[in-house]
Amino acid sequence: MTETRWDVAPGDRPAIPAAEQETSSGFLVYTIGLLLAVALTATSFWVTNTSLIWAPGVTAGLSVLAIAQMGVHLVFFLHITTGPDSTNNILALAFGVLIVLLIVAGSIVIMANLNENMMAPAELMNLRMQH
Amino acid sequence: MNVAVYMDDVREGELVNASEAGPAPKRVVVGFGFWIFLLSDIVMFSALFASYAVLAKATAGGPTGAQLFNQLNVAMETAFLLLSSYTCGLMSLAVNSRRHLATYFGAAVTFLLGAAFLTLELREFQDMIAMGATPQRSAFLSAFFTLVGCHGLHVTIGLIWLVLMMVQLAMRGFRPVVERRMLCFSLFWHALDIIWVLIFTVVYLMGVVR
Repeated sequence: MTETRWDVAPGDRPAIPAAEQETSSGFLVYTIGLLLAVALTATSFWVTNTSLIWAPGVTAGLSVLAIAQMGVHLVFFLHITTGPDSTNNILALAFGVLIVLLIVAGSIVIMANLNENMMAPAELMNLRMQH
Repeated sequence: MNVAVYMDDVREGELVNASEAGPAPKRVVVGFGFWIFLLSDIVMFSALFASYAVLAKATAGGPTGAQLFNQLNVAMETAFLLLSSYTCGLMSLAVNSRRHLATYFGAAVTFLLGAAFLTLELREFQDMIAMGATPQRSAFLSAFFTLVGCHGLHVTIGLIWLVLMMVQLAMRGFRPVVERRMLCFSLFWHALDIIWVLIFTVVYLMGVVR
């Protein structure tokens, strides 16, 4: 009884059983996504400007909020789901995320290490940074 | 509720494997190919992000991010881009249900919001350059202009693309080829918004905190 089906195109919403379809549900998904994104953005700006949060924790908080907001965009705007008809899209995304993490984390670690090992005397260091 | 059902919906029945199902519809192939392109574009941006993160403190005695960035401006840019991503989503709904007027309206709003974003960004660049904070001033500013400018370039290309799509829609109507291009455009526009989320967090907000 398996009907012929393929993965959905990224950005297309997965097929919903006809009984659950209604014209406004797509609109509802985008609107919920927008509200969540606005809330997360507003929180990011609040975290930056508040003095209520322990200063060294602000960067970590901002990272978490940014990652959460990217998740909201992926789910509500790009309709990337964990459903079986989205497997190809998810796998491609996972590979992309792996490469991005390798590039960003690798560069930062290597350059921080380099900076540490090449640490020159203070006045020389200052010269290097200024020219 | 409907959305909850849609999010948790475990669709019954297994996908038949490719040899039985035959080639996927062109819309799926095109969408997936464009998805791969977007991911490679994001990998390119990740290299720019990495270089920015490494160079963010190398201000060479010049202006720092905290002195240059205006948070109100950034908040407005973010709002414009987020809203244009939303209207782009509504436009793609209109395309899927083949409503001409709603599509044109959604495209017009998306275009105006995107153009407002671009105007604010260009004005910000202009102000910075007028203050002597040019890309040549320091490694930090080189990395900043490369990263944010590259995103701005993508937005510009997206705006041109949107106009072209509206011309195609007016001339050719809702043909499958036009619908596929509209799908790719909305993917592109949403991806740009995701990159902007990272930019305003990493560059602007963290730059002010430091």
